[in-house]
Amino acid sequence: MKTLRIAVLASLLMMLSACNQNTKKKSNKEVAQSNAVNAKPIKSTIVYGYKVGDIATDFSLKNIDDTMVSLSDFPEAKGFIVTFTCNHCPYSVAYEDRIIALDKKYKSQGYPVIAINPNNPRNYPTDSFENMKIRAKQKGFTFPYLFDDGQKIYPQYGATKTPHIFLLQKTDDGNRVEYIGAIDDNVQNANAVKRKFAEDAIDALLAGKQPTITYTKAIGCSIKI
Amino acid sequence: MKKFICIILVLVSFSNAFSQVKEYETYSAFAKAHLENLEEDKVYVINFWATWCAPCIKELPYFESLSKSIDGHKTEVLLVSLDFGNQIKNKLYPFVEKKQLKSEVVVLTDGNANSWIEKIYPSWTGAIPATLILHNEQLVFYEKSYHSKDELEDDIKKILN
Repeated sequence: MKTLRIAVLASLLMMLSACNQNTKKKSNKEVAQSNAVNAKPIKSTIVYGYKVGDIATDFSLKNIDDTMVSLSDFPEAKGFIVTFTCNHCPYSVAYEDRIIALDKKYKSQGYPVIAINPNNPRNYPTDSFENMKIRAKQKGFTFPYLFDDGQKIYPQYGATKTPHIFLLQKTDDGNRVEYIGAIDDNVQNANAVKRKFAEDAIDALLAGKQPTITYTKAIGCSIKI
Repeated sequence: MKKFICIILVLVSFSNAFSQVKEYETYSAFAKAHLENLEEDKVYVINFWATWCAPCIKELPYFESLSKSIDGHKTEVLLVSLDFGNQIKNKLYPFVEKKQLKSEVVVLTDGNANSWIEKIYPSWTGAIPATLILHNEQLVFYEKSYHSKDELEDDIKKILN
């Protein structure tokens, strides 16, 4: 049996190398010029929305307790952790406990989480207002969970996926965007996180400093229109 | 003779397992294998998806049925799954099996997406589905869902003109 396996592996290897030889490949020298990093981008989808430093709009959106919630309802707050998230997206679900932890840690310090579901529930019933109530209850959300009914707010912010964080700081001019992006650097495993981007940014603001990292990216579910 | 058939059977099962889904735990390993050493004049269509992503699943057939050659240029589709590491065996493998995907499927489980999203395309926000199209020295990137094979082929033709 052992010899059989070796024979099989050997023939497999031969087949593989034969395949390689049949494929016309560029020389190593040419590779550097032809890889994706060096290729010239010629078109992309244009993304609108806020940049760090912009003043973010306030809104009046329906909360899971059927009241309307605005940023102006929090006169004591120093800023907000505006979090676009939803019920169905596995990336959002993976971050739920960490969003709750963010709110618990920073609400008392003046930075509450304001969660907004930007999805149109027509094609994704899991993201309906009723299901938002159910999910918030299941998970024990400690923060407002608002429904972007009519999808008017997320495009202004430039949220493109869930979850997507916009950290705002209250200033005389309005709520200034200080950080955009991910909560941390490991969606799959909270225990393997090396950089807590959102926390680092809030800690900097609380210390009266500018966040060092103001923009990060993460994979997420596209917002459902 | 029996032994020979046995070898063939084992080979077939082996090659199925081999060709099924390769996992890359780091972006650099993925990039080395799939974004470098590209063949001249071939059009590479690289789609980022996941089994849990409904719009991704919806557009998969357009990638699966993409013409082998467009305007005289050979095409090659690569489906890059971004499924979580703990869902590869119980979600991704059964999905690939069930759908009998013809295109090459790989899975990228490098959790530090912030470090590699911009390397794939600078303005990609990280939302999926998203599609990278490469041809010689040019590339295009679309952070959107496709609604027909024609729409996908039109986007490919744009890079060829």
